[in-house]
Amino acid sequence: MSLSDAEQLNEAVKPPSKLFKNLTAKIAAIPMILTALVIFIGCTIWTIYHSFTKSRLLPSPDKWIGLDNYERLWSENRWIVSIENLAIYGICSLILSLVIGFCLAALLDRKIRFENTIRTIILYPFALSFVVTGLVWQWILNPELGLQNVVRNLGFENFTFDPINNADIVIFGILIAGIWQGSGFVMVLLLAGMRGIDEDIWKASRVEGIPTWKTYIFIVIPMMRPVFVTALVIISAGIIKVYDLVVAQTSGGPGIASEVPAKYVIDKMFQSQNLGLGFAASTMMLLSVLVVLIPWAYLEFGGKKNG
Amino acid sequence: MTNTNPSVEIKQLDLSFGKVEVLKNLNLEIARGEFLVLLGSSGCGKSTLLNCIAGLLDVTGGQIFINDKNVTWAEPSDRGIGMVFQSYALYPQMTVEGNMSFGLKNAGMAKDEIKRRVDKAAGILQLEPLLARKPSALSGGQRQRVAIGRALVRDVDVFLFDEPLSNLDAKLRTDLRVEIKRLHQQLQNTMIYVTHDQVEAMTLADRIAIMKDGIIQQLDDPNTIYAKPRNKYVADFIGSPAMNFFKGEIKDGSFSSPEVSMDLKGYETVDGNLPNTNAWLGIRPEHIQSGANTKGCSFVGDATIEIVDPMGSDTLVWASLAGQSIRVRTEGQSSLKVGETLKIGFNADKLSIFDTDTELRV
Ligand SMILES: Nc1ncnc2c1ncn2[C@@H]1O[C@H](COP(=O)(O)OP(=O)(O)OP(=O)(O)O)[C@@H](O)[C@H]1O
Ligand SMILES: [Mg+2]
Repeated sequence: MSLSDAEQLNEAVKPPSKLFKNLTAKIAAIPMILTALVIFIGCTIWTIYHSFTKSRLLPSPDKWIGLDNYERLWSENRWIVSIENLAIYGICSLILSLVIGFCLAALLDRKIRFENTIRTIILYPFALSFVVTGLVWQWILNPELGLQNVVRNLGFENFTFDPINNADIVIFGILIAGIWQGSGFVMVLLLAGMRGIDEDIWKASRVEGIPTWKTYIFIVIPMMRPVFVTALVIISAGIIKVYDLVVAQTSGGPGIASEVPAKYVIDKMFQSQNLGLGFAASTMMLLSVLVVLIPWAYLEFGGKKNG
Repeated sequence: MTNTNPSVEIKQLDLSFGKVEVLKNLNLEIARGEFLVLLGSSGCGKSTLLNCIAGLLDVTGGQIFINDKNVTWAEPSDRGIGMVFQSYALYPQMTVEGNMSFGLKNAGMAKDEIKRRVDKAAGILQLEPLLARKPSALSGGQRQRVAIGRALVRDVDVFLFDEPLSNLDAKLRTDLRVEIKRLHQQLQNTMIYVTHDQVEAMTLADRIAIMKDGIIQQLDDPNTIYAKPRNKYVADFIGSPAMNFFKGEIKDGSFSSPEVSMDLKGYETVDGNLPNTNAWLGIRPEHIQSGANTKGCSFVGDATIEIVDPMGSDTLVWASLAGQSIRVRTEGQSSLKVGETLKIGFNADKLSIFDTDTELRV
């Protein structure tokens, strides 16, 4: 074959059209794309639409009542309590999981002995379902069986610690269980991030006489920003949809003191047979997620272009 | 080198990781203002030794003195050292200026003094235009200059370098090497420099310490290391391409092996007498004469050319001498052809001879 032959051959082969590049991969992705479009976006729109209707046991798209469901929702004490609880639970559990998780990760990162054992113990709660966690902490916090009883038996007769039965602080009882479960996960995530940091950075900071805690705060944490963002997003998602923990631990009680929005939605939809109200509540939840997510996504991805 | 007041002194240093002994009874004295290069193959313990001097590793035994102060158990920051790493180890979220000033700020130094030092270091290393940039916006060479600057602002007597140029491409490496040499001449600090690059070692060092398995094999100035390697390992390690070796026997002042037989008159022995023993005879490729230059050589022989490597300034010839492959370096661009016979020869004064049992120079 001469050189010109080869050139002709080359000319005959045109660059493939972009549409048909990786065709197999694209075909394989179609079901997933359809699922995402139909289920997530389709159902979201369907839900939002029906939140404006008077749907009771069954969705009834023709009984349009405008904002009535939303007015009723925001006048209901139970919903307000749910929102307050979520705010307390959310802020505290976000901050505490991150702080505790970070401290645990930093401790393990110092190359202590028995690291594997400790890591397993701390990560263990994460492997449990929230239902189990809820039950375990229901027992621990039970005044007759749990912590309060143990401490009283030790001789402190007046010791009281019964968050589960006290409407004022019941949400903190749930918070303890939530953190117990969440911080192990944060720890593992952050530990993986810390292990990815060049050992020479640590050496350099030691040679310069920078104390360990300052190295963590001024050098390591800024380097771990992407890991923190990931942890933040995953924890926040878990917080907003917290449901099973409450059901297992307190069933929303005493009274309505530990209700949360996700539980409100489920109860309205399947117990009170008021789909319209449940949809309105879930739309509010979606809205709150978007309010958090959109500015963050804008900062995170919009800033990249000029960065 | 005898110096009553060494800058760094290491006495009977031992270091093991669990059961693995990395450094064994190591002694080293480094004079004030000296540029010492630690050279050795990968895994021989160079970085480990440097980390011990820096205080980043706890020694298992022995003592370390810096400026006559016993610092064996002192914190790295109290030892009066600055260190530069292969991976630069810059703080990625801080600007160049932040990287250089962070340690000083942390030590509570006055603002104007910090500024004075940073400006001075930036001036020496030509970093002024880069002070406001983040490390991610710098080239590898610039990053390493910032890392050197970060060590410089500490105003210390001893600099430690752990393969600072290994991540750079060949051209930058040469540039920065010259810059480090200039820096040393300007500052007159003690520098300990780890590398596995022979050229860096030969060009930078006042003295080179060749290490193998945690033991210093030879500690001498570059010329002595090159011309009079103390044992066969050093002879083999230094020089590229490596020295040629012939295994044979010394008897009554002459050497004989299947390939080479020659009179050793003119060879400078270590202790003045030449024992009768089995020996390795070593000759560097650049000390083998060829063609007409062989006239008057103590050994002359015919070799068959197998490979010719033109290197530009000289030509490397791989040839076979009585069945053994040898390397010969010839000046300039030669017209040698594969398969031809090349007349080669060498004199006794350029040889290195090692006892086969002890592998020590005789
Ligand atoms: N933390 C450690 N635990 C166990 N062994 C180690 C550790 N660090 C280093 N070693 C061993 O010590 C020996 C010397 O390591 P060192 O890093 O000093 O080598 P080096 O001469 O710097 O090599 P290189 O040129 O590859 O950097 C190696 O055999 C290595 O396996
Ligand atoms: Mg090393």
